[in-house]
Amino acid sequence: MNIELIDTLKGHVGKVWNVKWNPLGTLLASCGEDKSIRLWGKQSQQWKLKTLLQDGHQKTVREVSWSPCGKYLASASFDATTAIWDNISGQFECNATIEGHENEVKSVSWSQSGKFIATCSRDKSVWIWESENDEYECAAVLNAHTQDVKKVIWHPYLEMIVSASYDNTIKMFTEDKTDNEWTNISTLKSHESTVWSLAFDKEGKRLISCSDDQTLKIWKEYLPGNTEGVGTDGEYPTWKCVCTLAGYHSGPIYDVAWCHLTSLIATACADNNIRIFKEIEDSDPNQPTFELISTKYHAHEQDVNSVVWHPTEKGLLASGSDDSFVKLWKIKEEYH
Amino acid sequence: MGVVETLLNSNPKLYVKSDERIITDADRDEDLVDEFDEREVFDLIRNINDPEHPLTLEELNVVELSNVKVNNEKNEVIIQFTPTIPNCSMATLIGLTIRVQLQRSLPARFKTKVLITPGTHSTEDAINKQLGDKERVAAATENTALIQTINQCLATVEKYSH
Repeated sequence: MNIELIDTLKGHVGKVWNVKWNPLGTLLASCGEDKSIRLWGKQSQQWKLKTLLQDGHQKTVREVSWSPCGKYLASASFDATTAIWDNISGQFECNATIEGHENEVKSVSWSQSGKFIATCSRDKSVWIWESENDEYECAAVLNAHTQDVKKVIWHPYLEMIVSASYDNTIKMFTEDKTDNEWTNISTLKSHESTVWSLAFDKEGKRLISCSDDQTLKIWKEYLPGNTEGVGTDGEYPTWKCVCTLAGYHSGPIYDVAWCHLTSLIATACADNNIRIFKEIEDSDPNQPTFELISTKYHAHEQDVNSVVWHPTEKGLLASGSDDSFVKLWKIKEEYH
Repeated sequence: MGVVETLLNSNPKLYVKSDERIITDADRDEDLVDEFDEREVFDLIRNINDPEHPLTLEELNVVELSNVKVNNEKNEVIIQFTPTIPNCSMATLIGLTIRVQLQRSLPARFKTKVLITPGTHSTEDAINKQLGDKERVAAATENTALIQTINQCLATVEKYSH
């Protein structure tokens, strides 16, 4: 297994906080401290800046998220707003700004149906917005966390939202079918410090989390009545930590990405390295074993903040760092 | 933060300032690799002004040379600082000011950790966690009121270095 640098995308000034591929994988969005969003596309074998989005935010853009249709891009900013950009006119424009959080918005995520957007903030809340005809209405304000909420992600096919916080916990929310209220259905406790990021596997039956405590944890879903005998409340599944990967990282782990094509796991760490993990074949589903198969040392000159797998091209990974660069990597598996 | 109505610690104990760094022949030799050392990093922070007294962090013994650790190989700088009183509400601001000063002065390759000297503050774990969260530090430096207060504390550093 080797990790080969394909391209270095230069343009941002200061920290790059997040990178995201659009659903087709034709555009890579990056955002950062310079308040801009950059869209990069492939042009005769090279990745070039296609679009520069400015003036949407007054402060750092912390995260970007594409809608499942690829026509919309949401951006979360320290200026307490979330901007919605679309290219309906033929070029990307900011056509809506959603407000409500008291301070920095840390993360934004679009549900797979495209119906909902979730945002979270240092104000400890998670907000769910319902979108209809380019109007965004607040559907719920969830105050379950006791501290700064760092990340929100949606389940790959259910209308379920998962959040990670400075309070060391992960929480899951879904709409209660009886009263249509969004409720906290599960709290995942095990990390010993801030949980920075989350990723589901392809089936949505397992979740990986990464933390300031320098570990990764794999959580598995156990449905009510499961044969393993894991207790549930009878209605919702229980998510149990089935694996902890400790001792591999020498700094906070800021991001984790679980590839839905290859099942490889990539991590972004404050020690400037990118690591790739793989599940061992035939490992026990209730006690799985993952191994570190490759480390790219000095992948960046400073903290790596974000990693994302390409949606259609196997082994293509993008990363963003405090060093202001976005890098593209090719991970090549050696088959025996 | 910013305006303090009553002084939290109205009669702080004063400490003797250290001498200026002695410049050696090796320091003047342009061909020698001049690695960052503890004294150099200490000089960057010792003249930071306390947020509520017209005194430097060194004079209040908040920072000491012996609480500065530099590891050039690992690109790591660790500072332990000692609040003047164990329930000092200015501790986070002081730590943040030290972090901002080091971020501005040291090469970007350095990872800086700013921590409370163990056992010297009632909520040291919470403050250490906050100072260790680079995202919150980044947001704090975009807060206009807060960065003004920090810049005021850092203005004295400029004054002493000229």
